[in-house]
Parts: sequence; C-alpha cells; structure tokens
Amino acid sequence: MTTVDELLALGDDALIAAQRLAEWTTRAPELEEDVALANIALDLLGQARMLLSYAADLERAGLEGAGRDEDALAYLRGEREFRNAQLTELPRGDFADALVRMLFFAAYQRELYAELAAGPDERLAAIAGKASKEVAYHVDHAIMWTLRLGDGTDESHRRAQAAVDRLWPYTFELFEDRPHLREAWLAAVEPVLAEATLDRPEDGRFRPTGGRKGVHTEHMGYLLAEMQSLHRAHPGASW
Amino acid sequence: MYGNDIPEQPGHARLLDEVAAAERDLTGRGLGGDGTEGGADDYFGAVIAADGKIEPRDEMPEAYRKSLIRQIAQHAHSEIIGMQPEGNWISRAPSLKRKAILLAKVQDEAGHGLYLYAAAETLGVDRADLYEMLLDGRQKYSSIFNYPTLTWADVGAIGWLVDGAAIVNQVPLCRCSYGPYARAMIRVCKEESFHQRQGYEILHVLANGSPEQKAMAQDAIDRWWYPSLAMFGPPDTDSTHSAQSMAWKIKRFSNDELRQKFVDMTVQQAEVLGLSLPDPDLRLGEDGHWAYTQPDYDELFTVIKGDGPCNRQRIEHRRAAWEDGAWVREAATAYAKKREGATV
Repeated sequence: MTTVDELLALGDDALIAAQRLAEWTTRAPELEEDVALANIALDLLGQARMLLSYAADLERAGLEGAGRDEDALAYLRGEREFRNAQLTELPRGDFADALVRMLFFAAYQRELYAELAAGPDERLAAIAGKASKEVAYHVDHAIMWTLRLGDGTDESHRRAQAAVDRLWPYTFELFEDRPHLREAWLAAVEPVLAEATLDRPEDGRFRPTGGRKGVHTEHMGYLLAEMQSLHRAHPGASW
Repeated sequence: MYGNDIPEQPGHARLLDEVAAAERDLTGRGLGGDGTEGGADDYFGAVIAADGKIEPRDEMPEAYRKSLIRQIAQHAHSEIIGMQPEGNWISRAPSLKRKAILLAKVQDEAGHGLYLYAAAETLGVDRADLYEMLLDGRQKYSSIFNYPTLTWADVGAIGWLVDGAAIVNQVPLCRCSYGPYARAMIRVCKEESFHQRQGYEILHVLANGSPEQKAMAQDAIDRWWYPSLAMFGPPDTDSTHSAQSMAWKIKRFSNDELRQKFVDMTVQQAEVLGLSLPDPDLRLGEDGHWAYTQPDYDELFTVIKGDGPCNRQRIEHRRAAWEDGAWVREAATAYAKKREGATV
C-alpha cells in the first residue's frame, strides 16, 4: 500500500515545481507563453492538491483526532519535512532553465504516472490517470521549446546547453525510488537533445540527493519562506 | 470551483443578463446591420445608424479606425499590466485553493490581452508595434494598475472593485459598433464576472474572519475605493473622447452614467459584505441613485501622466520581461526559418 511519505514525495514534487513555474507569470518572453506556463503551473498545482489531500487522509486514518489537510501540509511543514526532489526547487533561472527543467521533469512524471495509473492503489491510480493527460502536454511543450532553443540561434544554443549541463546531475535523484523508470526516460529525452543539437552530458559523479529525506538545497528555505509567510502570519485563519 | 456559502451579490446577475442579450443580438444578425445597402461612402453611416456592426474589411473613417485602435490597445495593455499587481500575490496566496484561483485569473488576463490585441490587429496594426508604444509611453493602460497591492485583501479588492468597475464599463462595449471588439468583449465579460466573484468571495471570507483579517479587508477597500471610481475617467464635462465615441456607438453611456451605475451596485454589495465604503456622504437620493463623493481627479491626472506610485515599476517590469525574452523570440524565428528551409 502507498505510504504517506510516498504521497508527500509525489505531491511535494508537483507543488514545488508549480511554485517555481508560477514565478514566470508576467515574465514570459511572449504573451502566449505566459498563458502556457501558467497553465502548466496550474496543472501541477492541481496534482499537488490531490496528492497532498490523499496524504492527509491517509495520515489522518492512522491518527486519533483531527489530522492535517492539504494546506497544513503545504504551509505548516518545515523545510526538513518536505520530500520533493531538488530539481524542482532550483531557482527560476532563464527561460532555457525553465523549459529544460520542464522536459526533464515532465518526461519523468509521464513514466511515473503511467506506472501509477496501472497500479493497485485505486485512488492514486485515478489521480495519476488524470495527471497523465496533463503531463503529456507538458512534455510536448517542453520538447517544442528545447528544439527551438537548441537549434535556434548561437545564443539560444549556448543557453540551452548550459541548462542541460546544469540540470542533468539533478535528474538522478528523481529515479532513486524507481530506478527502472530511468531507461524509458532516457529513451524519451536523448533523442530530443540530439534533434535539438544539444550534447547529452556524461553521467558524472556529481549526483545531488537528499530531497526525499528532507535534505534540500539552500534555495528551498527562501521558496518556503515566501510561500508560507502569509498563511503562517495568521495561525488558524480561514481563507 | 467556488464555495456556495457566499451570499449573492446584488446587481451582479443583471449585468450578466446584459452580456447574454448583447450576444443574442449579435448572433441574430448578419453583417452590416439590418442588411442596409448603400454606396461605400455612406455605408458606414448607414450601418452605425441601423445599429449594425462594422467589420474589418468595411470602409470606415480614418478617425474611427484610429480611435478604436487607441481604445482597444489601451484595453489590451491594461489586461497585461493588470497581471502584475495580482501576480504579486501568487507566490504567497494563503491557501492552495486561493493560489489556484488567482493563478487561473491572472492567466485569463493574459488570454484577454491576446484576444484584444487580435481585435486591434484587424484594424491593420501589429501587436509588436502596440507593445512598443506601451513600453515607450505613447499608449496608456488603465491607471488603476499603478497602485500597489500591499496585502492579500488587495487581491480581493481588485477583484471586487476594479473588476467590478471594469465590467460596468465593458458590458456596454458588448454592443460596440466594431464587430471584432464587441465579440471580444462578450467573451471577456463572461470571464470577468468570475473574477469579480472571486474578489467578492475573498473579501467575504476576510470580513467574517479574525479581527486582523477584517481590518485587512477594510483597509484594502479604503485604499481602492476612490481609484476604482476614477477608472470611469474624468467627469463628463471634461472628457475629451466621449462625444465622438458616443456618436460612433463605440461608447454607449457617459463616464458619469457608468460611475453612478457602479456606485449603486457596489453600495448594496458592501452592505452584504459588512464592510464600509470610505465615503461619509453616501446618501440614497429620491431618484433611487446614491449620491457619492467624487474621486480626486487631480490625483487621477498625476497617475495618468506617469507619476503614480507604481507607473515606473510596472513599465520597467514589462520592459525587462520583453528584453529578457528577446533571445527566446529570436531563437523561435531562427528555428522556424531553418524548418522552412528544410521542407522546401
């Protein structure tokens, strides 16, 4: 059976990815992209809410008395209690960082949700089934931009390659719990990089890890400080 | 999507009925009003007289075209700049549900900007040129967005008051004589009504929350009330564009008529919210309309001229986004050219 920690890992990945992506709102290179990025952030936020609500329900079932809800999980946990992979919390970066991160993360989520949708946990399978349709669009969007940036101008190529090199080491952590998914992920990502004329980085020894145990990058504290500030300033309030 | 525990808003449904009626009338008619025939020269006048629609390929006076471009572009720019004050709270929204609603709302505004730029482009201008005119100050956007959003309640006040005022302004535009603008406005108004509703809900929850939350809501209304009244523009006696726009049936009601309509609607809604409007002289007159204190029009002109609290910040933000994105747009163009070359 699915554990609370597993659901938190899934939900926190989606929540923190949504929080970062939403930072692009009003900052995108064109208006169509403002709409698209906000849309993808909304999808991720919706996934986070379903997953965290499930985690909360599961947690409550093992407790006596009132448990936590999605907001208590999002707003009242400390940094060390978050289970997201570090890839999702890295700073916003430039547009190449955003879209390469989306490619890496959405391609991972696609494999992950396909597996969960066929899994034994019915509630999780339903969430994953719905999310699969969203994530397919995220992958398409990320591929479209990876190709344009990689095979666009010299500058866009340079920036896209830098983003790929910077983010690649963080992709290993995604597969720590499900190593078998990396092969399918590579089969999806490598041809995109090749078509975009981008080099696939070597699998080096720098493989940042710790997110699933609540050990994050220095960036995470600031993200949470911002996200949680208002909620925490009014303990017990409804919104 | 929204809760059902929030009371109805007096006057809200009637505005939506007006949008629906405008849409029915629009779909019930063919091009060029009631089939009015005539030579090219008087075709325009005949269509206007018959309450018909002017379409992009129709003859139209140059001044009409220019006036529409100015108005539609200003409207589009307002949607885009208007994303900033609310966008300021996406990262800090106090619950995941509020975060989702706010993100969706700001996304809608980008979408409204897109339809409106598309409507302006039917008049023979380019979105990129309009953008440039926004960035260099040749075209304006609604001055309301030059005020800062200081607390979460400001997001509610913008929804309730600013979007409320925008709807009152825009509902008559659903019957505007220029077809593409009228059709864009019907779509925009339907979505705006959800926006206004979410603002009202935010304030309702705050007004019924802790003393701090209620104070936050009242403070936001105190700050946003007069700037919202100023959104309808200068008094009729000083309005430079109104008379011609009315004659062309771009505009259907005067600034003061619309302002009065907004006040009448909002006073009733404030009572339901249990919050007060910061005007000690609000009185219900014998004619059924509320007498109110006029906003400070000197302040409005100061803001219009560029010296409001956030004018510089808003434009710098937009310019930075545009300039930071230049390499991305260049990449997309270069990539598309390579593809063209490859398929030829």
